[in-house]
Amino acid sequence: MLGEGILKGMVETARNFAGSYVSKDRLTTVEYPEERIAPKENARQFPFLVFDGNDPMAGLRCVACQICEKECPPKCIYIEKSKDKKPDFVGKMQFYPATFDIDVSVCMSCQICVEVCPFDAIKMDQEYELSNDDRFGGLLLNKTRLAKSNEYYGKMHPQEAGAIDESRLKTKEAAEAKVKADAEAKVKAAAEAKAKEAQPPTAPPNKGA
Amino acid sequence: MSTEALAEPPKNYEVRPKSSGQFEDDMGELLEVSMGPHHPSTHGVFRMDVVLDGERVVKLKPVFGYLHRNHEKIGEGASYLASMPYTDRLDYFCSMTNNWAYALSVEKLAGLQVPERAEYIRVITAELTRLVNHTCLMGFLVQDMGALGTPLMYAFREREKILDLFESLSGARMMCNYMRFGGCRCDLPTGWLEQAQKVVDEYPRFLDEYERLLMGNEILMARSQNVGVLPKELAVSAGITGPMLRASGVNYDIRKVDKYGIYDRFTFRVPLGDHGDVYDRLMVRLLEMRESLGILQQALKSIPDGPVVDPRAKLRGFKPKAGEAYGRIEAPKGELGFYLISDGSPNPYRYRVRPPSFVNLTVLEDMCLGHTVADVVIILGSVDIVLGEVDR
Amino acid sequence: MKDLESIKQQIEAGVAGAQVSLVPNDSPANQPSLLVDAAHGLAVATFLRDEAELRFDYCSNVTGVDWMETEQKTKVKQVFDGEEKEVEQVVKMPGYLEAVYHLYSMELRHGPLVIRLRTKNRTDEVELPSLTPVWRSCEFQEREIYDLYGIVFAGHPDLRRILMWDEFKDHPMRKDYVEPDDYEYEPTPHDEVLAKSKAHYPAEVKP
Repeated sequence: MLGEGILKGMVETARNFAGSYVSKDRLTTVEYPEERIAPKENARQFPFLVFDGNDPMAGLRCVACQICEKECPPKCIYIEKSKDKKPDFVGKMQFYPATFDIDVSVCMSCQICVEVCPFDAIKMDQEYELSNDDRFGGLLLNKTRLAKSNEYYGKMHPQEAGAIDESRLKTKEAAEAKVKADAEAKVKAAAEAKAKEAQPPTAPPNKGA
Repeated sequence: MSTEALAEPPKNYEVRPKSSGQFEDDMGELLEVSMGPHHPSTHGVFRMDVVLDGERVVKLKPVFGYLHRNHEKIGEGASYLASMPYTDRLDYFCSMTNNWAYALSVEKLAGLQVPERAEYIRVITAELTRLVNHTCLMGFLVQDMGALGTPLMYAFREREKILDLFESLSGARMMCNYMRFGGCRCDLPTGWLEQAQKVVDEYPRFLDEYERLLMGNEILMARSQNVGVLPKELAVSAGITGPMLRASGVNYDIRKVDKYGIYDRFTFRVPLGDHGDVYDRLMVRLLEMRESLGILQQALKSIPDGPVVDPRAKLRGFKPKAGEAYGRIEAPKGELGFYLISDGSPNPYRYRVRPPSFVNLTVLEDMCLGHTVADVVIILGSVDIVLGEVDR
Repeated sequence: MKDLESIKQQIEAGVAGAQVSLVPNDSPANQPSLLVDAAHGLAVATFLRDEAELRFDYCSNVTGVDWMETEQKTKVKQVFDGEEKEVEQVVKMPGYLEAVYHLYSMELRHGPLVIRLRTKNRTDEVELPSLTPVWRSCEFQEREIYDLYGIVFAGHPDLRRILMWDEFKDHPMRKDYVEPDDYEYEPTPHDEVLAKSKAHYPAEVKP
């Protein structure tokens, strides 16, 4: 019968229309500003810099090694190394970024900077409401705007952040233990040297490192 | 459709390209129309110079390059890894298969092995991509025929479920950037396989619904049957690949021929068309989706545990030995190949993409000759082009 | 598929006067190729398509490659006034453009066979025979090579620019192509583009 296929199709449309009142499968839209879907854990928007502690600038994990700048496919990262050094979380003297800018109008959210970073210093954010009326300045994020706390990161990716924190803690403990051991060894060595110098020992070796 | 088109089939069945400007002598009686570049039916910025005799097409020259950004030059200036996110932007519907094709070529070039689990993940994501692409294409094509809105929205509703899976896996819905040389970027999140299983289990219901909605529809049949016929010999000579080739009745599926990845472990059939017209191309894609679901069912049941990336693969400082490699896969649109020449430096010396929709456009004129302007729109729709890939 | 050596012999037996040589490929991909002389390119291609044992009826990929002039430094021993000295000799290897064809057989399901055609140099003798009469799939891809590399395919039915606009002069995929200062005014902060755009639009960009 001519028109049979059209009628069958109409029945499908009617079923979907009626079904949209009862089934969530058939009506999947969400009324956006009022209602939001929580982002997936893996969702990524633009990168941000992780800092530890309370002071964003002092606690930045970034050591300005510029690997991400080199690997970034659209070259949207701009880093200037600092002239001086400051101690990092284990106490080792490291450079820090004097300038760290990301042009998010160029960034394509590919996550390669995150993958290549050996210091877990740059991570992907899930913030997506970034519209701005300043096309150039407003989308050029500098160090202060990029810095976000480790707690913020931990809230987004609890497992991943936990694992990183743990490994960092281990490194730190190992480094502290090493420092301690080194200091002790130094004291010991100094004492032995002193002992050798002044034989027989008259004064106790008290000027350790 | 017009009955005249049936009575008088397109003339250029011989396998040989026509020279341009053959109608210029009697241009006075003909009408030259520029369709595009901003036209809803051209699926992007694509233009066709159409010469019309009344309503019949007597000459058609596709004009493109509006989206040209010299992807290949960018690839030659970037490291191997840095080209990976750019491949997402070739055919932006199928980023997973683009990733795979590129990763496959680099793996051939560098001799990397892919772990078992990663191969399974690749098959699963590639077949999901095929579902996304074919579902959307059917929606677009039907929209081109005049069924505004409804079928396309149903298609997009289903696509969204798969894109959700991609987002929870890779972090992005469309620009996945998920594969790496020698494996995949990260392992599946917990519960992902169950979610995927649910989507795959429910998909046949949607396909049945879609088939009932469209494929028996008299208007659709009248518009698409015997329109844009592509003969077998021309299809082979013109290097047509993918569903378009199989709709013309040539049994050539790279998943079967090359058995790349682990496709030899799955049983699936290759649907073939008889007539090579627009309706066949639609139907072949619908049947292919059912076969994809079969592959997905098998892969989701048998995916093993293990690592997802070759431990020898380096992320930074990746320098393959000098040489060249051509790797190809069966992308949803046809054969997607990457041809790489390495000179031992971190950047490829030559980085070439063999885009399926670019080559498939070769026969657009042959298929359109003798048809009306309204048919040109659906013939172009059935070729399934994405301009990000055509223009590169 | 038969190995490349026997295909080479078959071509040389089938096409009179054709010079075919093997180009090795060291990578793990193991896809060596055949270098065919340009004068017999069309005949060899037709032979490869029609020969019953080969039947390469499907030309998958056509690519241009630009090989620049290279300088090879070799140390040569020369005798100066009865004294033997090592002298560095610089041999200039001429550059050329290359068209690479990847052939498969849909009928016999084998492949790939890679054949290459080379131009004489990179500047004025850049003509190669078009293989579009043999495989229609070369039509757009050869146009693309003409557009981006500047190889002129003799016998191509419709050789025009395809991706760049018709008025465009250079061939952007060549290795020595120099980008113009800017295609469009699009300053991005912290970029050399900004400096270039300042030179172009001094009034528009605030210092």
